[in-house]
Amino acid sequence: MLRLDGVSKIYRVGAFGGRELRAVSGVSFDVNPGEVVSLIGESGSGKSTLGRMVLRLTPASEGTITFDGTDVSAIRSRKAYYRQVQGVFQDPFSCYNPVFKADRVFAMIKQEYFPEMGRAEWRDRVESSLDGVRLDPGQVLGKYPHQLSGGQLQRMLIARALMLDIRLLVADEIISMLDASTRIDVLNLLGDLRARGLGILFVTHDLSLGNYVSDRTVVLRRGRIAEMGPTDRVFGNPLHPYTRTLLDSVPRLHTKWADEEPAAGQTPCPFHDRAPDTPVRSDLAEAEKEHYVACAGSGACPAAKETA
Amino acid sequence: MTAEPPESVAESVAESAAVTAAGSAAVVTVRAPRREALYFALRNGKLVAGLVVVLVFLLAALLVPLTIDYGPNDYVGPAASAPSGEYWFGTTTFGQDVFAQFAYGLRATFLVGLLGGGLAAVIGMAVGFTAGYRGGLVDEILNMITNIVLVLPALVVLLIVNAYLGVRSVGVQALFIGLTSWPWAARAIRAQTFSLRSRDFVDLARLSGVRTPKIIVREIAPNMSSYLFMTFILLFGGSILIAASLDFIGLGPTQGVSLGLMLNNAARWSALHLGMWWWFIPPGAGITAIVGALYVMNVGLDEVFNPKLREM
Repeated sequence: MLRLDGVSKIYRVGAFGGRELRAVSGVSFDVNPGEVVSLIGESGSGKSTLGRMVLRLTPASEGTITFDGTDVSAIRSRKAYYRQVQGVFQDPFSCYNPVFKADRVFAMIKQEYFPEMGRAEWRDRVESSLDGVRLDPGQVLGKYPHQLSGGQLQRMLIARALMLDIRLLVADEIISMLDASTRIDVLNLLGDLRARGLGILFVTHDLSLGNYVSDRTVVLRRGRIAEMGPTDRVFGNPLHPYTRTLLDSVPRLHTKWADEEPAAGQTPCPFHDRAPDTPVRSDLAEAEKEHYVACAGSGACPAAKETA
Repeated sequence: MTAEPPESVAESVAESAAVTAAGSAAVVTVRAPRREALYFALRNGKLVAGLVVVLVFLLAALLVPLTIDYGPNDYVGPAASAPSGEYWFGTTTFGQDVFAQFAYGLRATFLVGLLGGGLAAVIGMAVGFTAGYRGGLVDEILNMITNIVLVLPALVVLLIVNAYLGVRSVGVQALFIGLTSWPWAARAIRAQTFSLRSRDFVDLARLSGVRTPKIIVREIAPNMSSYLFMTFILLFGGSILIAASLDFIGLGPTQGVSLGLMLNNAARWSALHLGMWWWFIPPGAGITAIVGALYVMNVGLDEVFNPKLREM
């Protein structure tokens, strides 16, 4: 359904735009209907930029993003695209215009997409959509954003995205602002949506969340894919040293923190030291079925140093 | 925005719900932001004082000419008489009533402020919002135009244009003032728009399929309404001053009367040397009072909208 093919984002930086900053480079993956793909990476790894490019809020510098076979940058009507693809952002507080009431986000959808619908009918739809995200309409409608909690605002945004009959949802760190009790509600909601056939691009820095919800995982590092594949294989058999570091750095409930330096340079480069008959797709090696892994990078791999 | 049916309905629904749920205290919190601005506005001495001064002059400009049954330039009284019960502000060398001139002149002054300041505000907003929101090449071009107009010696251009065009009226004067005094407003609005356009709520509006002009008007502008209002006040005061300068050097409207024109006439007929203080004091004091009051109002508004500036 959604396909990214060699997508890059290049920013011009420096006083006269003389230098290039590659926020994202050469990223390719797919999101299919009824599938949750989680995009995992540290801050600055380009995962939010990817989400914004899918939502057409930022144009891609290179490569193509196609939705149902058509290039999204060539779709003339933004409105038609957003009817099928919606996003929810990380910070619910800044998603609401502070001067207006919070339910204006619904009014905007009505004005643009359902101008003919009667007020009572629309109100019913809003209320049922709010019920869907386990919010009490009486508690949240008619309030200003500052009167609502982050969790309420975030769930209203999800409800807003679901007012349209969407097929793809880009969820950018939607869990990180929620407290533990509402977190599981939203995760289960995502599960329901997947069961309804929605494709979900789940952007997160939290490995355990990614593991919990997603069918496939894409690990991003410095704008490139470090490792990607079905979630159980990526988490069960992490091949890239970066993925391993990420997994090791997750705090565990029952163990105390120990100073355990990861042994650098000992792990073989998963790309250049791969088994002889491993198939290769551009700069990713298919170590297992559908489990791709990139070179360990110039810090750990001598071959990468040579080419750099 | 309360005038809009959906929101006001939502508000009343929310209020009735709040009343039943938690008593009247909840209603106050729903209305809080607007109430708060009004609360501080009414308790801000600078704002209230400035507003009173401007309103008194505005009312005088609107109402006083209705009570005078001769024109401001008619020769009605004895020449060069000091203020008296009959002619409150005295008369000119030619027997014109200074009070009538003052009242009519206030009209011209407010008109030029409203038209000139209004036009400058409209151009400044259009350029500033477009440049700030679009960015890129559009911004470069608009910014270049802004900078060119900004460095034009506006008063000199006005002098030449006004001298070149034989027919001069308050409207034409306001037009030229408006066309030359917008650049700083455009730059200020552009900078504000730049910082607002990258906010998530703008992205959310785009995700809702809202078109760009509507995003600017409905999402960005309301967030800087106080700023826009203050910009207008400053432009208003600025055009009054520029108009007065033009009038004073003899490039004012060829018909009618204005405060600057009164000063011009007083200077031309040596009112100062003849000791006819009543001829030039009222228009000078009027201009100073109106523009001064507008600027004081501006400072007061700044305090109302920006909690950090409020005097404790």
